[in-house]
Amino acid sequence: MIPLSHFLVLGAILFCLSVVGIFLNRKNVIILLMSIELMLLSVNMNFVTFSHFLDDGAGQIFVFFILTVAAAEAAIGLAILVVLFRNRQTINVADLNQLKG
Amino acid sequence: MDNLHLATPEIFMLFASCAVLVVDLFLKPGQRHMTYWLTQGSLLITLLLTYGQVGDTAGTAFSGAYTVDGMSAVLKSWILLIAIGGFVYTRDYIKDREIANGEYYVLGLFGVMGMMIMTSSNNLLTIYLGLELLALSLYAMVALYRSNADASEAAMKYFVLGALASGMLLYGMSMVYGSTGSLDLATISQALTTSDAGSTGARFGLTFIIVGLAFKLGAVPFHMWVPDVYDGAPTSVTLYISTAPKIAAFAMIIRLLVDGLEVLSSDWTLMFAILAALSLVVGNLLAIAQQNIKRMLAYSTISHVGFLLLGMVAANPEGYSASMFYAITYAFTTLAAFGVLLVLSRNGEEAVMLDDLSGLFRRNALAATVMMVALISLAGVPPLVGFYAKLSVLKAVISAGYVWLAVIAVIMSVVGAFYYLRAIKMMFFDDPVDSSEVPARMDVNATLAVNGLAVVVLGIFPGWIMAVCVRAFAG
Amino acid sequence: MKFIYTLIPLCPLFAAIAAGLFGKRLGRVMSHRVTIGGVAMSFLLSLIAFQQVVLSGNTFNESIYTWMVSGGIRFEVGFLVDRLTVLMMLVVTFVSLMVHIYTIGYMHDDDGYQRFFSYISLFTFSMLMLVMSNNFMQLFFGWEAVGTVSYLLIGFWYKRDTAIFANMKAFLVNRVGDFGFILGIAAVVMYTGSLDYEEVFVKAQPLIGQTMSIMGGFEWSVLTVICICLFIGAMGKSAQMPLHVWLPDSMEGPTPISALIHAATMVTAGIFMVARMSPLFELSETALSFILVIGALTAFLMGLIGIVQHDIKRVVAYSTLSQLGYMTVALGASAYSAAIFHLMTHAFFKALLFLAAGSVIIALHHEQDMRKMGGLRKYLPITYWTSLIGSLALIGFPGLSGFFSKDLIIEAVHESTLPGATLAYWAVLAGVFVTAFYSFRMFFLVFHGKSRMDEHTEEHCHEPPNVVTWPLIALAVPSVIIGFMTMGPIVFGQYFEGVIFVDDSHNVIERVREHTTGAMSMLSHVPGSKAFYLAMAGVFFAWFFYLVKPEWPAKIQSKLGFLHRILDKKYGFDEFNQTVFAAGSVGIGAGLWRFGDQGVIDGAVVNGSAQGIGKLAGLARLSQSGYLFHYAFAMIIGLLVMMSIFLFI
Repeated sequence: MIPLSHFLVLGAILFCLSVVGIFLNRKNVIILLMSIELMLLSVNMNFVTFSHFLDDGAGQIFVFFILTVAAAEAAIGLAILVVLFRNRQTINVADLNQLKG
Repeated sequence: MDNLHLATPEIFMLFASCAVLVVDLFLKPGQRHMTYWLTQGSLLITLLLTYGQVGDTAGTAFSGAYTVDGMSAVLKSWILLIAIGGFVYTRDYIKDREIANGEYYVLGLFGVMGMMIMTSSNNLLTIYLGLELLALSLYAMVALYRSNADASEAAMKYFVLGALASGMLLYGMSMVYGSTGSLDLATISQALTTSDAGSTGARFGLTFIIVGLAFKLGAVPFHMWVPDVYDGAPTSVTLYISTAPKIAAFAMIIRLLVDGLEVLSSDWTLMFAILAALSLVVGNLLAIAQQNIKRMLAYSTISHVGFLLLGMVAANPEGYSASMFYAITYAFTTLAAFGVLLVLSRNGEEAVMLDDLSGLFRRNALAATVMMVALISLAGVPPLVGFYAKLSVLKAVISAGYVWLAVIAVIMSVVGAFYYLRAIKMMFFDDPVDSSEVPARMDVNATLAVNGLAVVVLGIFPGWIMAVCVRAFAG
Repeated sequence: MKFIYTLIPLCPLFAAIAAGLFGKRLGRVMSHRVTIGGVAMSFLLSLIAFQQVVLSGNTFNESIYTWMVSGGIRFEVGFLVDRLTVLMMLVVTFVSLMVHIYTIGYMHDDDGYQRFFSYISLFTFSMLMLVMSNNFMQLFFGWEAVGTVSYLLIGFWYKRDTAIFANMKAFLVNRVGDFGFILGIAAVVMYTGSLDYEEVFVKAQPLIGQTMSIMGGFEWSVLTVICICLFIGAMGKSAQMPLHVWLPDSMEGPTPISALIHAATMVTAGIFMVARMSPLFELSETALSFILVIGALTAFLMGLIGIVQHDIKRVVAYSTLSQLGYMTVALGASAYSAAIFHLMTHAFFKALLFLAAGSVIIALHHEQDMRKMGGLRKYLPITYWTSLIGSLALIGFPGLSGFFSKDLIIEAVHESTLPGATLAYWAVLAGVFVTAFYSFRMFFLVFHGKSRMDEHTEEHCHEPPNVVTWPLIALAVPSVIIGFMTMGPIVFGQYFEGVIFVDDSHNVIERVREHTTGAMSMLSHVPGSKAFYLAMAGVFFAWFFYLVKPEWPAKIQSKLGFLHRILDKKYGFDEFNQTVFAAGSVGIGAGLWRFGDQGVIDGAVVNGSAQGIGKLAGLARLSQSGYLFHYAFAMIIGLLVMMSIFLFI
């Protein structure tokens, strides 16, 4: 049987990947959205693992809610992306610096 | 189906919001004011339902996931009251700019519902849902001014950083869940008290949870979204973001950290002390350099978050009630300040630069007076309410032994007084750039007057709110 | 009763808010109805308070509301309603009511009508808060509030430069006084740890003999320092030398204000305060001597200036200064009851004189120069008779109210044995002659003799409307009878028993009581009284110089040019302040500025820190770069820092 710590490490690695994806990426906003999705999945990983090892259903229910919210979040994110592209003709992260100071 | 009646306000709110959404679909363009009145009506009824719970009502529903206690009913009442006032101020602003009317109000209603759920939740899952309901509504509201490039940029930034923060919050929650075996806050608290086993994992999770909370409040260094979003968003949305959600964020802190993880308070007080000190310094310092009034108020918010956290640093009922008082009074004082900005942003013009305030007294005496009262209160001058709020958190933090933090707070509030007074000076003594009068609707005027008066009267009689705040944590 | 007492100050406050905020909507008539109604209500409720406190003997001392508790000191709003308070409440509300009514006529054509009513109601509120206070915080609040309203009112005609200047002067001079006052309060808090009157009075007893060192080596009695500091506050508010300079200039304000604030109520706040604090002041003979001398100087020297003034309101103003000096002398001689008694009679007859002067001013279309008056008796009969009553009361004509109070003060000072009492006695005695002379000089110049008005004014000259004359009559009645009626109980009876505390060693009233027992015996002493003959001599000389030989004053003036110049320049106080304080401080300032300020303080400290903060802020702004990845990075760093705290601590 695979021990708990392996799952947690996998979760942590996924989480770190997503975080690094958010602040290292300077090109495309869509990649940010993907990173965010990945981050939520890493959390799901954690919840499912804990739920299994604790033998408690609540964690898996939480996962369903996270998936639902993630879907809504992606919808809003993409909508904002469309509006942004219409106004600025770019979705380059490095160009989003009109507001500063 | 236990105690479902406790959740009546939220259930009513849900049906009312859906009804407003549907009714709005069938309205002709000339009938849009119906949406406004329906929104205000549903908020008002919810307020009455909630207010009915103030006092002795207490209990849990939905298998312990939802709770009503001394704090929740009071904070929800204030959230609703402030939302109602906010919608009065914003009505003409969004009409002038042809921001999608129906959607704006419906999103606003859902946001308020999210805040109410955050305030009343007793379970990690409900907290998360309430938080996301609020956050998603806010992202959409910021982006709703579709023709404005700054608004979409602000929305994008807010969205990405917000998602990052809630991802961290969730990660923290998963660690807490894993180490205590429950999502229920009361059970978590019990698990941590009875055995030491899960405390390492919980403390690890706590760090992530604090990041999520600090982001919601806008504490340094998780504050970066605040100025850009305040600046880019339409002023009506800035008003919305800067007022009631601060109360909800405070409630969330209490739920997570006091109801759930109070055992770990020695860890989180230290983190809050650092966050508070940084917020006080950075917020006040950067506010001075601003020429844009919305950005100035954004940095001022950051500095006030520092003050609010001082009460949490004390980590005792005295500190919690001081922070609660701070959150409430800060919210309605800021409401008045942004209300005046909205009055000024008429006929397609935006009042964004400090210069737009100059000579305001000669253009609209009431608005200038209310703005002055609000700014003086934010600066913390007696006898206005902001003074008492600052004094009570300072007292709490000093009696908890953090004198150095109190010293920083006092010094920085002196620095802070400078930019508030500069704005007041401009309003009363400088010549207006544009000397035309600024008229306002009767209901806006009345709300402004009541709002300004509340800042004065509650400063003279702070006991009215303070008593409620003390009772919320009395046992 | 708590409710009624709370309502007394609140009525005028609400009226002021109504007239101030909604004045335009209410219109002129409703505005004055609301404010007059508010003050009338306060007056009636004060009568109930009088019934409760004086007739039923229920003194009230409770806090109404605790604002906050900090470091063991309670900041409260509370009322102490005892016999002294009730007396002040009645005087304040009655005079204020009369002035409110009078204002309808006086401000009839003014654009700021509603604003004016709002201010005077606000003033009444502040004054009531001041006199009803039971603690130092509220006293200070009322003190500052009456001051603020008075600046607003002095500068009411803010388009006149002189009004702005007078306003500025009042503000600056009062700051000096307030500085002393707040130091006094701070010392009280420091040594007794309380703001509540009763507690302070109890805790002050053990302070006798205790000393503090202020500047290297000099040991001062704590109580003396406290009392002198508090009295400096009173000097500012009650315009005692040398802080008196603002009062004559304050006549730039509308006349009803001069009557209400600068004669009857606000300027007496200092007198009231010292009487209220009698348990403190009695413990320091040094402070009492100081008060005695300051009062005596003010009483005599300010009266002299009144002789050479031409502006009708300024004569009354200097007379007010002089009378305030009398009250202060009484305080210094420990005759607190006499001071309060004089305060009350003075409030009536001085308000009457001011309002009468105002009536003359209205009739002459805002002409205030007495050289352009004369012979007004036939045009203004009511004003004439009421002025006569007021003037006679002022000079202390036997039987009228001023006679009892002023002669009592002179007697009391005569009995005093404190250092400086002899000087004070001669000063107040000589003051009687001076008072009579300038009062009747003004009276004869205005109402008798040949008319010196221009034709146009004379044609339109007639008695002002009823709203102006009724208050005159209503004030003339107490000016005549109040002294005779109340002297017995207030001064010789038990009225102030337990309210005002007098140490047996300088209880001068007790000594006066040995040969005078009441109003009737006072009257019977008239034939042997020096003061009476001096007053009559004053009237006689005034009559002789200004009616019989009107050309003589000018001759004397040219012969005694030197003396006249001194008086005309008001002993040079204004010039002294202007040149020494204003110009001197400007000069010293300029020097310091060039060397120290500009280089060191401004350059390095003030501007330096301001600039430094500005630069720092500018730099810090760069951190908000606008780039999403920077923001996210900052969050990650924050997370890592907090994580490391968790790991290492």
